[in-house]
Amino acid sequence: MNKGKLKSKSKFADRLGTLGALLVLCIILSFASNNFLTQSNIMNIFKQTSVNALISTGMLVCLITAGIDLSVGANAIFCTCMMGMLLQKGVTNPFIMILVGILSGVLVGFVNGTLLTRLHLPHPFVSTLGMKNVLWGLALLVVNSQIVSGFPTQVTWLGSAVLPAGIPVLGGFPISFILVIVIFVLMDVFLSRTTLGRSIYCVGGNPEAARLSGIQSANVLTFCYMLSGLMSALAAIVLIGRGGIANGANAIQPYDTDAIAACIIGGASFMGGKGTMSGTLIGALIITVIRNGLQLLSVSTAVQNIVIGLVIILAVLLDVTRERMDAKARRLATQ
Amino acid sequence: MSNYVVELKHVTKRFPGVVALKDMGIQIKPGEIHGLIGENGAGKSTLIKVLTGVHQAEEGQIFISGKEEKFRNPNDSAAAGVACVYQELNIEKLLSITDNIFMNKWIKKKSGLLDYGTMNKKAKEVMASLGVDVDPSKAAGSFGMGVQQMIEIAKAILIDAKMIIMDEPTSSLGEKEVELLMTICRKLKSQNIAILFVSHKLEELFELCDRVTVMRDGEHIWTKEISETNNDDLITGMVGRSMEQLFVKDPTKRGECALKVEHLEEGGVFHDVSFEAYNGQILGFAGLVGAGRTELMRAIFGADPIDGGKIYIKGKEVKIKNPRQAIRNGIAFLTEDRKGQGLILGNTVQTNLILANLKGYCKGLFINDKKVEEVGAENLKSLRIKTPSQQEIVGQLSGGNQQKVVIGKWINCDADIYIFDEPTRGIDVGAKVEVYNVMNNLVKSGKCVIMISSEMPEILGMSDRVIVMRGGRIMATITQESETFNQEDIMKAAWGGKIDE
Repeated sequence: MNKGKLKSKSKFADRLGTLGALLVLCIILSFASNNFLTQSNIMNIFKQTSVNALISTGMLVCLITAGIDLSVGANAIFCTCMMGMLLQKGVTNPFIMILVGILSGVLVGFVNGTLLTRLHLPHPFVSTLGMKNVLWGLALLVVNSQIVSGFPTQVTWLGSAVLPAGIPVLGGFPISFILVIVIFVLMDVFLSRTTLGRSIYCVGGNPEAARLSGIQSANVLTFCYMLSGLMSALAAIVLIGRGGIANGANAIQPYDTDAIAACIIGGASFMGGKGTMSGTLIGALIITVIRNGLQLLSVSTAVQNIVIGLVIILAVLLDVTRERMDAKARRLATQ
Repeated sequence: MSNYVVELKHVTKRFPGVVALKDMGIQIKPGEIHGLIGENGAGKSTLIKVLTGVHQAEEGQIFISGKEEKFRNPNDSAAAGVACVYQELNIEKLLSITDNIFMNKWIKKKSGLLDYGTMNKKAKEVMASLGVDVDPSKAAGSFGMGVQQMIEIAKAILIDAKMIIMDEPTSSLGEKEVELLMTICRKLKSQNIAILFVSHKLEELFELCDRVTVMRDGEHIWTKEISETNNDDLITGMVGRSMEQLFVKDPTKRGECALKVEHLEEGGVFHDVSFEAYNGQILGFAGLVGAGRTELMRAIFGADPIDGGKIYIKGKEVKIKNPRQAIRNGIAFLTEDRKGQGLILGNTVQTNLILANLKGYCKGLFINDKKVEEVGAENLKSLRIKTPSQQEIVGQLSGGNQQKVVIGKWINCDADIYIFDEPTRGIDVGAKVEVYNVMNNLVKSGKCVIMISSEMPEILGMSDRVIVMRGGRIMATITQESETFNQEDIMKAAWGGKIDE
């Protein structure tokens, strides 16, 4: 039993590593730029993180099942365009708008899941890659390739509102990041403490063994992609709030790769079975902090991309190396 | 010049928490077939890996034809003439036989391009010399396990191996293929190639080997001429107890009919299968590999669809469309493929133990960690699962302990009908006895147990009734009291003969 405790302690230490990296990054940047450690910039970072953090949540669930959802970004933009289409058609009821946005996202997830499980496409890489392109086209089609603006304030509230400036320390804290925190806490409990959550890890580890143990693997997988669709839809509402517009051309922005990067930096693996919510949140923050800091230092986008790329490689390299060191330490400990 | 082609002296190899080999020694003569047996976890695999350079021993020496060698990796040992056919074959199924044989030792033309003409010809020759006439340009995966094994042996021959290690070579072969393998072993022997034959099947050792070495707890127990030993002697050597204690069959009482199957049908797999299984009894399913026994059980469990027929549980007809419904109807199914279908290998012992009954360990919406912990501790104790903790990754355990985790998983879902498919395959004698005890306890508590086994002593030792299948049909049902309850008659039925009543 002692060893079990030890193991969970070392898992906590793993998390500390990523958290430490985030802190070191912040310290360096606050020395490099006077504008980094200001109240308004910190709130900015939270604002900029929310979309990626939400999308990463869905991505993480898919990665745990040894799958992937490449359609997340296009799905989010598609949802914004569905809401934009309603606006073009004269529907201004915010409730209907949000409902349609969320339903669109979940439906896309359902199709992704069905393609994988009931229609037996070999790997979600294929189906969601195809879906990404379909959604890109659909997003443009539903709004006639126009940029839609003028959403009702109830719709934009989630993505634009902040806590009143009067509140000490948290003044200006974005509502969207409160949503992120709520979702992450809920998801953390869901993944670790409920049967469906545990089933997701089991299906990721061995779908056939899970099925023969009475877990409806196909349903669990479909659920994961629907969850991913839901998160994309939530991200869509935040996107509308932040930009005030729905633009189908944004569907090819690198939302998907940013989300994968956040999960991987946070400890998830393409092999499935691994990954936590807290790690993913830190991963998403790291990516924003790097982008934000480099922007403050007036570094070009080209160089920013190079840095993000190197960070992803470094994060995985560290992870792999640490695992090898652990294995070696265990080996040496017995001699 | 030494008398031995391969000689191991005082080899010690440690792993975290265990000494896998302790002052181990073994001597193999040129052109002999040398049997190696021991329980799982006795150190056979480690010994093989030290011989093939996968592992490096901390102490001790390896001599090849009298010359000391240091194997830093598998290439070194191959260069010295030691080849190994692993239990899990290293075959690239999508590549052709030729590609598999010449992988990493390609024959090239002068131009530097690969010379497939020559390679195909050579591949065909060497396969033919092993008695297999195949087109070597076909994908290896399109052939059966027997041929795939021959590809591995062909590789060994092409590197001029002095000794070939065969790790459980017959475990995945059918009867005919085993015969062919034995013929080939004798042929290799006549070409002065030594074979280290690792097997759990004692009959094979007696049929094939010249000498046999017994290992226990990483140590060399003894090496004898095969003529100087017998079954009991070998088993005593392996476990320090004799054969009679292996099957402890307590008297049973036949209860109500737990499962009744009528005219069950799956196109091309099994036909018109009807049988009954009773509470408080073990029903054995005997037959050759491929007789349709596993498929029948998978269908009853809802893992595969059925095309016709009815299933009754406790007298009530049930429709089972998927494993979840089967489990709800009180059926547990211990699959024959433990790693592929039984366990989430990368997950913890604890999670695997509650896998089939996650709902049962919930308090409201959430998993009740305390209850999970308790039942885990209870399982570890009652099933004697050897693991550092419940948090250990199940893939790290030995085969026998993994099997006990699977059994624990099904015991925890409190079923009424337990189907065990080859429950003791690939586990050591000690763990076998414990699995038999679990079955005995289940029937004692009034549960119904169905056991598929290809090991005749197990079928005879454990079953109250035996159903013999062949080609997807039931050939005979024999009760323990019957005169035909013996190996000969059961085999006759399995091979398609009539039992004379």
